[in-house]
Amino acid sequence: MTSIAVTSVGDVNEETLEKIQQHLRGALHCETRRILKSPRPEFAFDHKRMQYNSSLIMRDLLHHPCGETTKLLALTEVDLFIPMLSFVFGQAQLNGNIAIVSQARLHQEFYALPPNRDLLFIRTIKEVMHEIGHAYGLIHCINQDCPMSLSTTIQQLDKKGSLYCQNCTALLKESKQSPSLDV
Amino acid sequence: METQWDILVVDDEEVMRESLAAWLREDGYAVDTASSGREAIAKTKIKDYAIYFVDLKMPGGIDGIETMMEIKHLHEDTSIIIITAYATVDTAIAAMKEGAQEYIVKPCNPEEISLLVNRIIKVKNLQRENTILRKKLTQQYSFQDIISKNSKMHDIFQLINEIASLRSTVLIHGESGTGKELIARAIHFSGDRSQKPFVSVSCAALAETLLESELFGHEKGAFTGASSQKKGKFELADEGTIFLDEIGDISTKLQMDLLRVLQEKSFYRVGGSEEVHVDVRVIAATNVNLEDAVREGQFRDDLFYRLNVINIILPPLRERREDIPLLAKNFIERLSHELSKNVADISENALKILLDYDWPGNVRELENAVERAIVTCKGRILTEEDFSFLCHNGKRKNGWHAPTNMTLAEAEKEIIAATIHRTNGNIKEAAIILGIDRSTLYDRIKRYGIER
Ligand SMILES: [Zn+2]
Ligand SMILES: [Zn+2]
Repeated sequence: MTSIAVTSVGDVNEETLEKIQQHLRGALHCETRRILKSPRPEFAFDHKRMQYNSSLIMRDLLHHPCGETTKLLALTEVDLFIPMLSFVFGQAQLNGNIAIVSQARLHQEFYALPPNRDLLFIRTIKEVMHEIGHAYGLIHCINQDCPMSLSTTIQQLDKKGSLYCQNCTALLKESKQSPSLDV
Repeated sequence: METQWDILVVDDEEVMRESLAAWLREDGYAVDTASSGREAIAKTKIKDYAIYFVDLKMPGGIDGIETMMEIKHLHEDTSIIIITAYATVDTAIAAMKEGAQEYIVKPCNPEEISLLVNRIIKVKNLQRENTILRKKLTQQYSFQDIISKNSKMHDIFQLINEIASLRSTVLIHGESGTGKELIARAIHFSGDRSQKPFVSVSCAALAETLLESELFGHEKGAFTGASSQKKGKFELADEGTIFLDEIGDISTKLQMDLLRVLQEKSFYRVGGSEEVHVDVRVIAATNVNLEDAVREGQFRDDLFYRLNVINIILPPLRERREDIPLLAKNFIERLSHELSKNVADISENALKILLDYDWPGNVRELENAVERAIVTCKGRILTEEDFSFLCHNGKRKNGWHAPTNMTLAEAEKEIIAATIHRTNGNIKEAAIILGIDRSTLYDRIKRYGIER
C-alpha cells in the first residue's frame, strides 16, 4: 500500500498542510506523513518572468528519497510556470512519484478580491487531489464535477468538487499502486 | 471507444519540450518529443502524428518552417502548431502560408492551448468517423469492384457467387456502359479460376481476319506479316476465363469456329493443322438482343444456346437510380485523387441533376461526367454549375451566342484553342472537357496548328 509524504517548498501555512493530510487520509484511505521542508527554490526563479520554473523544482524534489511506495506531495506559495504556459496551478509526474501544487493563484487576493481562508483551502484541496491523481496515473476526466477534470481558470477550479467521480475511483482501484479505496 | 491521437512536440530546449509533453499527456494524449527538425522528420516517417507543436526557432540544421514543410510533405493531413517566442506578424503569416494550422506565442494561456488542441482533435475525430462510416457503407454495397444497393444487382451478386466455380458459359446482356466486363471479372475472381488468367477481347474492335488470329493465334507464314507463331487469346486464357465482349458483332465464320471451341474444347491456329486443346471458361457479353439476331438469321441459334447457359441481364443505370449518389461519391473519391484535385463531395443540387438525368451511356457516362466536373471544379464540392453540360436543353450559358459566320472547322479550332488556354495547356484535362480522347485532341492541335 502506498503512502503520501507531504512537504513544503518555501514558507507554507502548517495548519493547511495538516488539514490536507486529514483530507487525503479520509478520501484515499492511505497513510500520510509530514517530512522536511525545503527552502524557497531560488534556483528555479526566472528573472524575466518573475515566476518559478515548476519543472526544475520537480527535478530537485526527485532527490528527496522517500521510498518507492511513497508519493511526494509538495505545497508552495510561489507562482509556478512551465516554459510553454503563462502559469500552472500545479504539476505532477504522470504515474510517477511527485506532485506539486502552488497556492499563489488560489488566493482571492491574486484576483484583487478580499481574502477568504476557507475558499483558499477548498481550492488547494481540489488542486492537491488533481495532481496526486496524476501521480497515481489518472488522466483528465470529462466529468466537470470531478477534481480530475482539467481546469485552466480559477472559475473552472471553483466549479468542480474535491472527491473523485465513480469512473476515476474505479480506475484508481484498478491500478496496482493505488491506495486501498473502500468506496 | 475514442481513438488515441498522437502528438509530437519539437523543440531544441529540453525543459520546454518535456514540460509541454507532460502537460499534454495529463490530457490523455500519447506524446513523443523530438529535439531537432531532423529528429522530427525521422519520427514522422515511422508514426502518423495528429498534431505537431513545432518551435519556430531551432538552432543548427533546419528551422521550424522548413521542418513543418517537410512534415507536411510526408503527412499532408496533419495539423501543425507553430510556437513562436514573440508575436511578429511576419513570422505568423509566413507560417500560416506554408500550411501551419495555428501559431501560438509562448508563454501562452493554459486555456488557449487546451481549447486549440480540443478543437483540432474534435475535427479529426469527426473526419475519421466520416471516413469509417463511408468505408462501411461502400463495403456493405460492394461486390468485387461493383457498387450497388439495387435489389436486382444484389440478385446478380448472389447468382455470381453460386456460379463462380462452375465451368458453364455465361451470357451477359446489358446496354453499353453498364459494366459487363466488371461482372465477368467478378465471376472469374470469385471462383476457383481466380489465380489463373482472365483475358478480355472486344469482338467489335477488330476486322474478321484479325479477330480470328487474335482469338486462335496463327502459325508462322499463315498470312503476310505472320513472321512467327503467335498464341491466341484462347491459349493465353488456358485454365482461366476468356471474356468476349460484343459477341453479337462476330461474323458467321467466327460463329462456327467459336461453336467448335465450345463443343470440342479445341481449335486450330490460323494456318495450322495441329489441334490445340484448352480448358477455358467462356463469358460473353452483348448489348444487342441476341434472340432477335437469331430470329433474323444474323446469329447461329446453336451458338446462342451454347452461350446462353447462364444468363445475366444487367439493368441500365436509369433503372437503378438509387445507386447514382453512391457511385458519384465513389468516383469523386477515386478520380479526385487520380487527377490530383481537392474535390471531396457533391452538393445536393448537383446530385439532383445527376438523379434527373437519363444516363443513356450508363455507369461509364456517369463516371465520365464526374471526371469532367472534377476537372473544371474550382472548389472542394461539385456544384450544379460543374454539371451544366448535362442540361443541354437548359438555359444558355451567360451571354454566349453560337457564331453564325464561320465554318465548323473554324469553330472547332476556336473551341479547342480556348479550352487548352483555360486548362493552361493541360492536354489531359482539355480532352476530358471536350469529350474526346487525347490522341484525337493531339491530331486536331496538329491539324489546326493550335498553340499550346
Ligand atoms: Zn473523474
Ligand atoms: Zn491535470
